[in-house]
Amino acid sequence: MAVSGLIMLGYLVAHVAGNLKVFFGPEEFNAYGHWLRVMGAPVLHHEWALWLVRIVLLAAVVAHAVSAYQLSRRDIKARPTAYVHRRKRSSYATRTMRWGGIILALFIVWHVLDLTTGTVHPGGFEEGKPYQNVVDTFSTWYGNVVYIVAMLALGLHVRHGFWSAAQTLGVGSARRERLLKVLANALALVLTAGFVSVPLAVMTGVVS
Amino acid sequence: MSYPDYTTGEPITDTKAPAGPIADRWDTRRFEARLVNPANRRKHRIIVVGTGLAGGSAGATLAEQGYQVVQFCFQDSPRRAHSIAAQGGINAAKNYRNDGDSIHRLFYDTVKGGDFRARESNVHRLAQISVEIIDQCVAQGVPFAREYGGLLDTRSFGGVQVSRTFYARGQTGQQLLLGAYQALSRQIAAGNVEMHARTEMLDLIVVDGRARGIVARDLITGEVSTHYADAVVLASGGYGNVFYLSTNAMNSNATAVWRAHRRGAYFANPCFTQIHPTCIPRTGDHQSKLTLMSESLRNDGRIWVPRSKGDTRPAADIPEDERDYYLERIYPSFGNLVPRDIASRAAKNVCDEGRGVGPGGQGVYLDFADAIRRMGRAKVEEKYGNLFDMYARITAENPYEVPMRIYPAVHYTMGGLWVDYDLQTTVPGLFAIGEANFSDHGANRLGASALMQGLADGYFVLPATINDYLARHPSSEPLDDDHPVVREVLAETEDRLHLLLSVDGDRTPDSFHRELGELMWEYCGMARTEEGLTKALRRIPEIREEFWSRIKVPGTGEEFNQSLEKANRIVDYLELAELMCLDALHRAESCGGHFREESQTPDGEAARRDEEFAYAAAWEFSGAAPVLHKEDLTFEYVHPTQRSYA
Amino acid sequence: MRLNLRVWRQKNAGTEGAMATYEVDGVSPDMSFLEMLDTLNEDLILRGEDPVAFDHDCREGICGACSLVIDGEAHGPERTTTCQLHMRSFRDGDTIDVEPWRASAFPVVKDLVVDRSAFDRVIQAGGYISAPTGSAPEAHATPVPKADADSAFEHAECIGCGACVAACPNGSAMLFTSAKINHLNVLPQGSPERETRVLDMVAQMDAEGFGGCTLTGECATACPKGIPLPSIAAMNKEWLRALRKAPRG
Repeated sequence: MAVSGLIMLGYLVAHVAGNLKVFFGPEEFNAYGHWLRVMGAPVLHHEWALWLVRIVLLAAVVAHAVSAYQLSRRDIKARPTAYVHRRKRSSYATRTMRWGGIILALFIVWHVLDLTTGTVHPGGFEEGKPYQNVVDTFSTWYGNVVYIVAMLALGLHVRHGFWSAAQTLGVGSARRERLLKVLANALALVLTAGFVSVPLAVMTGVVS
Repeated sequence: MSYPDYTTGEPITDTKAPAGPIADRWDTRRFEARLVNPANRRKHRIIVVGTGLAGGSAGATLAEQGYQVVQFCFQDSPRRAHSIAAQGGINAAKNYRNDGDSIHRLFYDTVKGGDFRARESNVHRLAQISVEIIDQCVAQGVPFAREYGGLLDTRSFGGVQVSRTFYARGQTGQQLLLGAYQALSRQIAAGNVEMHARTEMLDLIVVDGRARGIVARDLITGEVSTHYADAVVLASGGYGNVFYLSTNAMNSNATAVWRAHRRGAYFANPCFTQIHPTCIPRTGDHQSKLTLMSESLRNDGRIWVPRSKGDTRPAADIPEDERDYYLERIYPSFGNLVPRDIASRAAKNVCDEGRGVGPGGQGVYLDFADAIRRMGRAKVEEKYGNLFDMYARITAENPYEVPMRIYPAVHYTMGGLWVDYDLQTTVPGLFAIGEANFSDHGANRLGASALMQGLADGYFVLPATINDYLARHPSSEPLDDDHPVVREVLAETEDRLHLLLSVDGDRTPDSFHRELGELMWEYCGMARTEEGLTKALRRIPEIREEFWSRIKVPGTGEEFNQSLEKANRIVDYLELAELMCLDALHRAESCGGHFREESQTPDGEAARRDEEFAYAAAWEFSGAAPVLHKEDLTFEYVHPTQRSYA
Repeated sequence: MRLNLRVWRQKNAGTEGAMATYEVDGVSPDMSFLEMLDTLNEDLILRGEDPVAFDHDCREGICGACSLVIDGEAHGPERTTTCQLHMRSFRDGDTIDVEPWRASAFPVVKDLVVDRSAFDRVIQAGGYISAPTGSAPEAHATPVPKADADSAFEHAECIGCGACVAACPNGSAMLFTSAKINHLNVLPQGSPERETRVLDMVAQMDAEGFGGCTLTGECATACPKGIPLPSIAAMNKEWLRALRKAPRG
């Protein structure tokens, strides 16, 4: 859970940095998109590096989902009876992790079909023109809603997930408790704000 | 059954105690005691009842030696035995402070503290072993308090002038018990101990004059069953709950020792009960138990009451010169650290004079204002934080700002089953260890000595002495439930439970327990008189009779039934209470915690009468008038004097 | 004070249970929660009904026997044990829900009593230092730095009540297990068995059917002895370390 999560988290940090290139105009953003395909050249063949990243990510997603499923099953089995008296504050983190995870999984499917394969893309999807594709997606109301909701879920997921991963890997300690919490909050904030800035920019016409 | 009077039987002697120089006696005994070949130990089964400091440590050690141990506790886990609640510490003659301590001084302090009613040989052995206990516990990982240099810290307790008490904040009992519990857990995992939790011993099986097993009830299913062994060890604790309100746990009870007494084990000095001076006063009739505040608080807290009667001003408004720090005044050299019996009685006296504080005037102040001024609040918090928190939680008062109110409460019973130097009772094969026996504390136990005795008995004494018995009885006749003796014991137990369930009267078990407790506190508590004890002796059989005609126990015997458990324990309290009063009446002297108003010095201190009462009173059960067997106590090393702490 | 109690009643492990409502009158604010239940039980006995079964013993907050979920919280609204919770924490006319610990590793025995023997088995799996009686060296032979001794003590304070499991939405026993591991593994005396201890105890914990940890922090909030949440991270660290150091077949 922790290891696969951290792999994806590392990817997301790179991803958000790349996304922000959208603010430097279509040439630079498209060129970045192209570089992703030629990354590692000439040692690696065209798109090999990209596929390598995709394979690792896919493995991480699958491992994360499988362990999440196993952990949830085990947890539900360990606590089959709920208390009659329900309380509000309990299991906030569990809820955000379980439901947040499901929201994110669905989002990833949509996101790939939208901007990688173009299957459900709203405009005329053009391979090699990511800038225009992004603008097209965020010109629809549902594209914005889906994306922003998913990114908020991502923020909550990362916030608890990063801190939990640190505990699982034994990095946490009474002394580092504060530091880790601050780091988790900062990561969540940077990722969410970074990702959400793109649709906001399209909506407000900063990017068009 | 009733105790109109008693008869005096043959004197009893401890035939196992070796002669010779006192420092060599334990070695002598260990050498003379027969051994069991390690290969043969596997063939012996030993039943241990109780998993407190004594039982837990004995079970673990006997199992380590290779015996098959079958162990019982009525709690849901062996870790919950009431030793866990001991707060203050454990004594050991390590002399790490270089303050003049030694084995001989610990021996001396304990014999004197017990007001010359304990056996010298036993106490000396206890002092010798104290040193090994600390080593053993540290090796097990008991997190004793340490100083910055990494060495063990110690503090002082009542009745002594050296600093020999090792502690783990205010939870020493918990930490020592967990050490024993963990050692026991290791043996359970290794298959050497068969542990029966939530199983309560209800009777002893004695066949051909030897203890051969017990009858026990599974508290979940209600099933009454038998368990057989080559020897039975009782480590079932004390009987302070006879008084209803005490610092004992709610379920601590006297059934194991009382049933053993009824089967032939003599009961020694039942009237020697300890009233602990520093408990939180009771608040009302709903009170189910009393909570102790560790005696260690007397290291830094100062005890006082207003100088004049009926002074109801808040403590802070009473100026210094109108306060009476009565312990410091009467006992200048020991001050607030006088032994427990003396501190308790002094508190009672000032309250009887009408100078008590708090609701009903049943309390005295334990004030930390000076300590906070002297060492700062942070240091006080570090030393006593958890005790202060506990006090604040129970009373809703902040002891850092207003002085604590304390009052004496029943805490420990020095009396118990009579045992010889080997810790064997008068029933061959039946041993009693820890608070369940009587041998080491005389008429008053010093603070931090109960943990020492429990662990000494369990880790070191019993595992050495029980070999001798087993070596002399290498094989036992196999028993089963068809044996006539077993059938009879089983039937008696089942009949008793059945009777309790069938009376269907109109009073709850607790109502009887409370009534008995109030009677005992009134007449067999801190101060006793011939008149009061006679009255109690008349009243107890009446309560007992009423009990058997009006008790109401709901439910059945074939289920988890806490009312039945309680009622069955009260049956035994109602008999034991009578023996306690009889013992207190016959001992027409004051000594330690037993204060007979007829026998006091001109300044109100306990006046012993050594020429008549320098003996342990061992009572034999007869079904009618009990038989008194006297064990004369001789003092070769510490000569009896009037105790002086002034 | 007059209170409405809704209490879980269940005859035994094999039957279904349900909440039952009782009214308790004449409650004093100085009573402990358990003394309030005593009052109810005295009434029930006299009315010929079955009194409510609940575990309790020392009533000083140290034995760990008492175990009630009060208004959805293990040991009730204050951070203490049920026996040290006083009625002054409630108001006249309150309705209070009382339930047993809930976890499949803690099956209900009767009413509010549960079976916590799983904890004993976790300790039996390695929660000890193997130091047979008589084998101990002189106590001062190995000084222990005060910080380590204090840390060991703070973890050794665990009373094994099970509030952590009861409060955890996953029924996880990580806090309990980590308390013992952090008590023993930090001491020099505990170091020889450091790896096997953590591996065996965690394996036993899993085998008992406790849930996994998702770091919700509910355990540490409910713990009456204040065992801190980072104890779990420290145990994870020990566990990963042990996996590296002591690979087993």
